[in-house]
Amino acid sequence: MPGLGASFGRGAMTNHWIDLKNSDCILVMGSNPAENHPCGFKWAIKAKEKGAKIISVDPRFTRSSSIADIYAPMRPGTDIAILGGMINYAIENNLYHKEYVLEFTNAATLIDPQFGFMDGLFTGFDKEKKTYDRATWKYQTGADGKVMEDRKLQHPHCVFQLLKRHFSRYTPDMVSKISGMPKEKFLEIAKLFCSTGAPDKVGTMMYAMGWTQHSKGVQNIRTATILQLLLGNVGMPGGGINALRGHINVQGATDFALLYHDLPGYLGIPSKKDHPTLKDYLEKTTPKTGFGSNKPKFFKSLLKAWFGNAATDKNDFCYDYLPKASGNYSHMALFEDMYAGKLKGFLVVGQNPAVAGPNGNLERKAMEKLEWLAVIDFYETETAAFWKAPGVNPKDIKTEVFLLPAASNVEREGTYTNSGRWVQWGFKAIESEADRKTDGWYIYQLGLRLKKLYAESKEKKERPILDLTWDYGEGTPDAEKILREINGYAIKDVKKDGKVVVKAGENMPIFALLQDDGSTACGNWIYSGIFPKENRSKNRKPDKGDTIGANLGWAFAWPANRRIIYNRASADANGKPWSEAKKYITWDPNAELPDGKKGKWVGPDVPDFKADLAPTAKKEEKGPFIGIGGRDAFIMRPDGKGGLFSPLAEGPFPEHYEPVESPLKNLLSPIQFNPVVKIWASDMDKLGDANKYPIVGTTYRLAEHYLSGSASRNLPWLCELMPELFVELSPELAKEKGIKTGDNCTIETARGKVKAKALVTERFKPFNLDGKKVHLIGLPWHWGYMGICTGDIVNNLTAHIGDPNTFIQESKAFLCDIRKGG
Amino acid sequence: MAKNAMLIDVSRCIACRACQVSCKQWNRLPAVKSSFAGSYENPSGLSSATWRHVRFRETVEKGEVKWRFLSFGCMHCKDASCVFVCPVPGALTRRDDGTVYLDEQKCTGCKYCISACPFDVPHYDDAKGKVYKCNLCADRTANGLTTACAKTCPSEAIRFGDRDSLIKDAKSGGKKIYGENELGGLSVMYVLQESPSFYGLPERPAMPVTTAFWKKVLKPLGYIGVGATVAAIILHYIAIGPKKYKGGE
Repeated sequence: MPGLGASFGRGAMTNHWIDLKNSDCILVMGSNPAENHPCGFKWAIKAKEKGAKIISVDPRFTRSSSIADIYAPMRPGTDIAILGGMINYAIENNLYHKEYVLEFTNAATLIDPQFGFMDGLFTGFDKEKKTYDRATWKYQTGADGKVMEDRKLQHPHCVFQLLKRHFSRYTPDMVSKISGMPKEKFLEIAKLFCSTGAPDKVGTMMYAMGWTQHSKGVQNIRTATILQLLLGNVGMPGGGINALRGHINVQGATDFALLYHDLPGYLGIPSKKDHPTLKDYLEKTTPKTGFGSNKPKFFKSLLKAWFGNAATDKNDFCYDYLPKASGNYSHMALFEDMYAGKLKGFLVVGQNPAVAGPNGNLERKAMEKLEWLAVIDFYETETAAFWKAPGVNPKDIKTEVFLLPAASNVEREGTYTNSGRWVQWGFKAIESEADRKTDGWYIYQLGLRLKKLYAESKEKKERPILDLTWDYGEGTPDAEKILREINGYAIKDVKKDGKVVVKAGENMPIFALLQDDGSTACGNWIYSGIFPKENRSKNRKPDKGDTIGANLGWAFAWPANRRIIYNRASADANGKPWSEAKKYITWDPNAELPDGKKGKWVGPDVPDFKADLAPTAKKEEKGPFIGIGGRDAFIMRPDGKGGLFSPLAEGPFPEHYEPVESPLKNLLSPIQFNPVVKIWASDMDKLGDANKYPIVGTTYRLAEHYLSGSASRNLPWLCELMPELFVELSPELAKEKGIKTGDNCTIETARGKVKAKALVTERFKPFNLDGKKVHLIGLPWHWGYMGICTGDIVNNLTAHIGDPNTFIQESKAFLCDIRKGG
Repeated sequence: MAKNAMLIDVSRCIACRACQVSCKQWNRLPAVKSSFAGSYENPSGLSSATWRHVRFRETVEKGEVKWRFLSFGCMHCKDASCVFVCPVPGALTRRDDGTVYLDEQKCTGCKYCISACPFDVPHYDDAKGKVYKCNLCADRTANGLTTACAKTCPSEAIRFGDRDSLIKDAKSGGKKIYGENELGGLSVMYVLQESPSFYGLPERPAMPVTTAFWKKVLKPLGYIGVGATVAAIILHYIAIGPKKYKGGE
C-alpha cells in the first residue's frame, strides 16, 4: 500500500473487480486469483473472452496459470528485476505513452543536482545506522522557489532521464540471469504488456502477497506503478494496479487503521518525538499543496467524533489524549518484545498468529512468556491452544488463557470493504446461539466496563476513556450508529458562501464540507458521504445492460463513491478521451453548473477531480485544491503528478536486491540485499546460507482452505478436499533426492523443520540462474495442530525479516533443504 | 416440454471445487475421510457420497505445462442405459424435463445401473444398500432454481438453463459441444479444450452392446414372465456377468 501511495497519492486498489472486464491485458503477478480470489477472477475470464490476454508470472504453474495465455516462470524475490526490465523495454522500444508521461507524471521535474546512484546505493546512505539521509532526494527549485522542469525530457537530471539511466541496466539478458525466466519468455511478456502503452489499449495488474511478503515488498509495487504510469494505464477503465485483499474486509481494516502506524483515513499516527503538540503534528504532516492540504479538517473532525464536547479549540481538541508512537509496534516487533518478556497480556481477535505468523516456533514460544492471553474466536485455534502444541508440556506454561466464543460473520450486521473499496452492508442471517457474541459486542462492552470502572476517577490520565464517545445502544453496538459517526455529522450549522448547507445535527453529505474549527465530527473522512441521509452501503441497484460496469447504484465506494480513482487521467491533457474505445471521464465545456457557469467533468463515474476545474486551468492558489491545475490528475500528491520519482525507505527509485536468504550473488550491484531491511536477531532468529540450504522455498494458499485454516480445517467438506500438508517439487529435484509422490519428506530451514507429503509435478521447474541450476519447493501454509485435519505449521520455516517501510515478513522467498523421510 | 440442462465450459473452470462442495451441502452428503492422494484431486472420484467431482489433468506439451479441469457427475443421457436396465419400476426414470432421476425410496440396490453406465457414474452405498448419483437437483429445478453446482460456480463455467438455448449460445460462440447428440443427447454437456479422452471421457459414448440387447430383447421378455426380478437376475448374469463395483467408502 505505501508503494501505491508513494506513486499515486492513495494506498488503495485503483480500480475495482468488475472493471477487470475492460482490460486488454492482465498481468497476474504476485497473486493467484483463480485460487485465492475465485469470485473476482470471473471478471478476468470475461476480459479474456472479449479478447484480452492474461499473463501469469509465478514461480510455479498455478490454477491461474492454467487460464492464462502466457505463463512465465520466475524465481521468488526477483519481481523488481522483471518489472524493471519491462520499464527498460518500454523506454528502449519507445512503447511508453509520451503525452501521458509528460502531462500526468513528474517525468519532466528536475531533481537535486547532488542526487545520484552508484554501486547499488542512492546518495545519503549511512553505513553505520543502515538508513538514508533523504536530503538529496528532492525536486530542484529555481530562484523563484518554483520546481524546475524540462518539458522536453532531455535534461540529464530530469526524472525521466534519471529513470531511463537507472533501469538501463535491466537488460533482457540480465533479467533472465537473475530471475531464471527464459529470455524469450521475458521478451514475449514485455512486448505484450508494453503494447498497452498505445492510447487505445489498457493493461492492468493483479497482485497480492506474492509482491508484498518480501524484504523489498513495497518497492516491488513501486516498480509496478512506474511501469503503469509509463504506459498511461492509471486512471483508465481496465487499467491501474489491483491490490487483491486476502479476506472479506482487509481493505476496511486498513482504512480504519488496524495497523499501528496510522489513524482512520490514513492520517498517520502522531510521533512522540516529532509531534508533541497538535500544531507540530499538523504543520509537519500536512502537505502544503494537493488535496492532502485539507488534513486539519479531517483530523480535527476525527477528534470531535472521538471526544465530542470535551474536544475544544482551547485544549487542542484533546490531541493529548491520543497515544503517541515511540517505537515499532508491527507484528514481528511485538512478538520479539513478547519473546523478550516485555509484554504482559495479549488480546487476539480474528487472528491466528500461532499458524500465520512468521518464525512460528519463536512466536509460540513468545506466548509462553505472557501473563495472560485472551482469544476471541469461533474455534479453539492454535493460538488459543499454544500451551498444548506438540512438544509443549502444559505444566510448564504459566500463562492464563481465556477463550471467548465469537459469533461468525453471518450472525452480525455491518459493512465489509472489498479490495475495490466498495463498502457493502452485510445483513445478519441468523441469530447467535448460546453465548457467542460478535467482535463488536466484545469491544463495545470492554469500553463500557472500563468507563464504569473509572467513572469516579478524577485523574487526568483517565480522561481519554471517560470522554470517549461510546454511545451505540444496549448490548451489541448498533452498527448503523457507528456508521453515522464514521460518515460524520454537523455539530453546528455548516455554511458555504454564506448559506447554510448542513444544519447542526445533520449527517455530512461529503468530506469536502468538513471543517477545521470543531463544527463537524467525522470518524473517517474517506468514508464521509456513505450515510448522508440513508445508508448507501445498502444500495442494491446494479447498472442495467452491458455498461462499463461502474455500478454507482450498488453499495458505496470510497472516496465519494468513485469506482476508478485518478480517473481525470482517463482523458488527455485537454479533457478529451484518449480513444473512443476507452472513453470514461471527459471535460464537457458546455455542461451547465448550478451557478450558471459552464464546463465540468462528466462520465459514468464520479470524477476524481475538482468538478469544474477546466483542463486548461492554472494551479489553484487557494481553497481545497490548492496547487492543483487542470492537468494534475493525481490530486492527493502535493504536485498533482504521478510519482515516477518518489522517496521511500530504500530510495526514490526501486532497485533489485536479492532476498535476504538467496542462492545467488546479486548480479546488479555489490549490495546483496535491501540495505535498510529490518532483520531481528534474537537467539531464535537464525538465517541460513546456500551451502547448507541450497533450495529456494516459498509458501502460498489453496482455494480449498482459508488463511490459517482455523475455520476451514474444522469443516469436514473442506478437509476432505485438502486433507494433509504437502510439498510441491519438480521431477528433477525429486530424482536428485530420491523422492516420489506420496513420500513423507522433511523440509528444513535455519529456523525449523516440517514434515509433508511429496507432490512431484511438472508445474515446478528448476531455474537456470546465470548458468547455475537452482531448485524450488513450495508449501501451502494452512495447517496446524487443531481442527479435524491437522499438519505441521509451515511458518516454522519462515523468518522475522521485515520490509523497512511496512515490516511485512519475507515469507515468499527463503532458503531450505528437503529430504525423504521424517 | 423445455429440457433442463447444464453446459460446462471447461475453459472457464478454475478448479476451485465449489461445485463439489455445494453439491454435498445441498444434498446433505457426508464428507469422506480422505488422505493425500498425490494430486489436488480428493476424494479420488465419484462415490455414493460424492456426486460431483473435479478431475485434474496435467501434461507437458512442447515444453509447456497444461493443467486442465473437468467438473464431472451424472450426464443425464437421453438413451440412459441405467434407466433401461433398472428392473424396478420407477426407481430410475428419465423425466420429461431431461433429468435422469434415481428414486432412493424405490431403489433396491441391485446395481444393474452401475454395470450399464458408460460413464461409471452410479455408486453403491454398502451401509444403506442403495445406489446413489446426481439427480440434477430435481428438488431445486422443480421450484424454479438452478442446480446447486451452477449456482455456486464463481467463474460461470457451469451454466444451467434451457437445453436448446444453452446449445444455441455455445454454437454462436463457435464452440463445439460434447453431448449434443451423444446417446440421444445428454442433459449435461461440455465445451472441452482437449479431446474427450484427455479428461477420461469416452470419445464416442455408447450404450453397452449388452445393454442394448437387454433393452430390445431381454427386458420385455423379463416382464412377460411372472417374477420379473428373479428372471432379471438370471438374465443379467447371463448377459453381463458379475462386475466388480466400488462400494461406498
